Amino acid sequence: MLSFVLRRIGVMILTAFALTFIVFYMTNLPPNLEKLAKSEASVRMDDAAVASWLEENGHTGPVLMRYGEWLGALPGWTRTNEDGKITGRCIIEGQDPATAPSHCGILQGNWGYSTVFKAPVTEVLARSLGATGWLMLWVMIVMVPSSLLLGVLSGMREGSRTDRVLSTFAITTTATPEYVSGVILIALLASATAGISPILAEAGWIEGKTLFPGTATSAMEDITFWNFFLPVMTIALYGIGYIARMTRASMTEVMTQQYIRTARLKGVSFREVVMKHALRNALIAPFTVIMLQFPWLLNGVVIVETLFNYKGFGWTLVQAAGNNDIDTLLACSVVAVFVVLVTQLISDIGYVFLNPRIRLA
Amino acid sequence: MEDALSWGSILARIAAQLLPVWVGLIAVFALSIQFKRRLGLYGRIFDSPVGMTGFGLVMFWVFTALFADWIITHDPLAQLSGMKNIVPGSPLADPVEGAYPYYLLGGDHLARDVFSRVVMGAREVLKIAPAATVVAFMVGITLGLPAGYLGGKLDSSLSFLSNLVLAFPVILLFYLLVTPEIRVTGIPIVLAALLFIFPVIFLTILFNSRFFTNPPKRNLYVGLTLLFGLWAYSGLAFNADPLGVWSMDPNMLNVFVSVVFVNSPGVFRIVRGMVMDIKTRDYVAAGQTRGEGPWYIMLWEILPNARGPLIVDFCLRIGYTTILLGTLGFFGLGVTPESPDWGSTINYGRRLLAIAPHPAVVPAVALMSLVLGLNLLADGLREESMKD
Repeated sequence: MLSFVLRRIGVMILTAFALTFIVFYMTNLPPNLEKLAKSEASVRMDDAAVASWLEENGHTGPVLMRYGEWLGALPGWTRTNEDGKITGRCIIEGQDPATAPSHCGILQGNWGYSTVFKAPVTEVLARSLGATGWLMLWVMIVMVPSSLLLGVLSGMREGSRTDRVLSTFAITTTATPEYVSGVILIALLASATAGISPILAEAGWIEGKTLFPGTATSAMEDITFWNFFLPVMTIALYGIGYIARMTRASMTEVMTQQYIRTARLKGVSFREVVMKHALRNALIAPFTVIMLQFPWLLNGVVIVETLFNYKGFGWTLVQAAGNNDIDTLLACSVVAVFVVLVTQLISDIGYVFLNPRIRLA
Repeated sequence: MEDALSWGSILARIAAQLLPVWVGLIAVFALSIQFKRRLGLYGRIFDSPVGMTGFGLVMFWVFTALFADWIITHDPLAQLSGMKNIVPGSPLADPVEGAYPYYLLGGDHLARDVFSRVVMGAREVLKIAPAATVVAFMVGITLGLPAGYLGGKLDSSLSFLSNLVLAFPVILLFYLLVTPEIRVTGIPIVLAALLFIFPVIFLTILFNSRFFTNPPKRNLYVGLTLLFGLWAYSGLAFNADPLGVWSMDPNMLNVFVSVVFVNSPGVFRIVRGMVMDIKTRDYVAAGQTRGEGPWYIMLWEILPNARGPLIVDFCLRIGYTTILLGTLGFFGLGVTPESPDWGSTINYGRRLLAIAPHPAVVPAVALMSLVLGLNLLADGLREESMKD
């Protein structure tokens, strides 16, 4: 078990390095750097000016070396200007070069400075991750119990009418990506001209023009049912269908097992069989599915936060990517890669714990 | 000025406009149901109501894309004055002789006809999604077969690479891969060169392993594959087709390559898993004892026996690719601003959702129905192929 976990962690670290290097390489391609130079210094720079700006700000040199500097494994660059002033990656404006540390990368906790938000990346990231954390928490609270319930109910008696109805619902939600369900939900519940809001407003049942607000910006300060319902439902709906289908498949398989038949034959009630014998075995497969849903949830988060203008992790990622904010983008990808790999590891280990039949050498 | 149409007459007029689609659907269904016993797995879709519904939805969009030129009521790019964000069923503000007198599903933020744009958008999606999925399958199969069958170092390194791509958040990858700046560096062309060679390799090995005992036949098939394959390859990947038949807009190449790149590791994983299962069967052992070569066993013994799950996954994956294309459009990546594709139409429409929801809702429903159709079709196929 221990060697399995260690090997997995080894592969994980290797993957993390490879992925961050790819992101680093792609964001530091010459055309991207040129765009960065023009947006930072002046739009009207000619090629020579761009080249010298890049030179002065340490964006030249072999890409592996720059990756090492960003990581903090190699000493940060320093250079002496014509007037004798020493600048460098680790030297803050006005600081004495002698006192500056030699290494400053993410390993030293220096995540860089966001050019879009004009703030240190750690600050930007902490704020946005906090916001997304709340979103994810509520998505999980809504998604996991309801999808498991749906799956178990429809898998309990395969082919029954309940099963047909619930399966149709599940398959429809998996066919509806977040940007479609979000748009439909807004049109139905948060539009002043369509859906149910005008009817409710006319009848005087709601105060404003719409039942739900169309954005979740106000949820940044204060989360209420009204401003959080639509974004949470939009992300959860997609996942509910998928997890419910997996749970259903696993439940139907368990229900055909010998021990279920034995339990039924010895006179245990159907309710008892489902609750005591089937449920635990049926929930092993969905557990891994829920864990592996995280990368996809990340996608959902990006779409929903853009759609509802909720300034969390996904919104930050889009802003950083759209404006070629290299440091923020790299930090976002580190977080994303970390989340994906850790959930993969947890799903593997959890699978072993839940299923005593699997023994790892 | 005439009155706006009621919902009933809007639907009736849309149905009339879609006449070629209904004719096509009826023809396909009538013929298929007539001969369903002779059509193998395809015919058996018509035994399952779920599969038939899915097939109907998919074919509806296929025919819509095919006959789009006859169905549209206005030029999808034309902007008529006075029709901005107008509600569905509105008559034209200043009718022109010969023009269709209504905007059936309203106008968008640039006063274009939503109905015609959705119909043309179907063409955009169906042009890329199935082709990209086919290429992704060729890549996944060509790499997954040896990885699963031979195992060892090849397997571990390919698996590591595929896990690498799968661990990447898709949207981040798109933001990095689909930008005008990337096109300057030529990375899409390198990726295209890498990915587009796989269909050629796949078909060459496929025919060679089967017919190498019969050189004249082998030379014919392999020669034809190489001739046409490399011809298309030179045109699509490098835009260097000497005859100018095969070419791809750099914008579209960028989108196409990224979608294939994201999809192939998934196919690889499925193929590899299935090969590892199937290679323990007796008929594979029998083939090995007969002295069949490894590629013959992989391509002509194992692959046909894995076709059921692969066909099902193919349908699901076209749906997934459609969603990915929509995501790209939604973030405005790799599409021209006038493009009628569903994703970018939703993107432009969503900004005005509160006052005029129809420009976003119509393509949203269209995309959903196509993906739903593909999922239902996959479900029906799965059910029917399990009966074997």
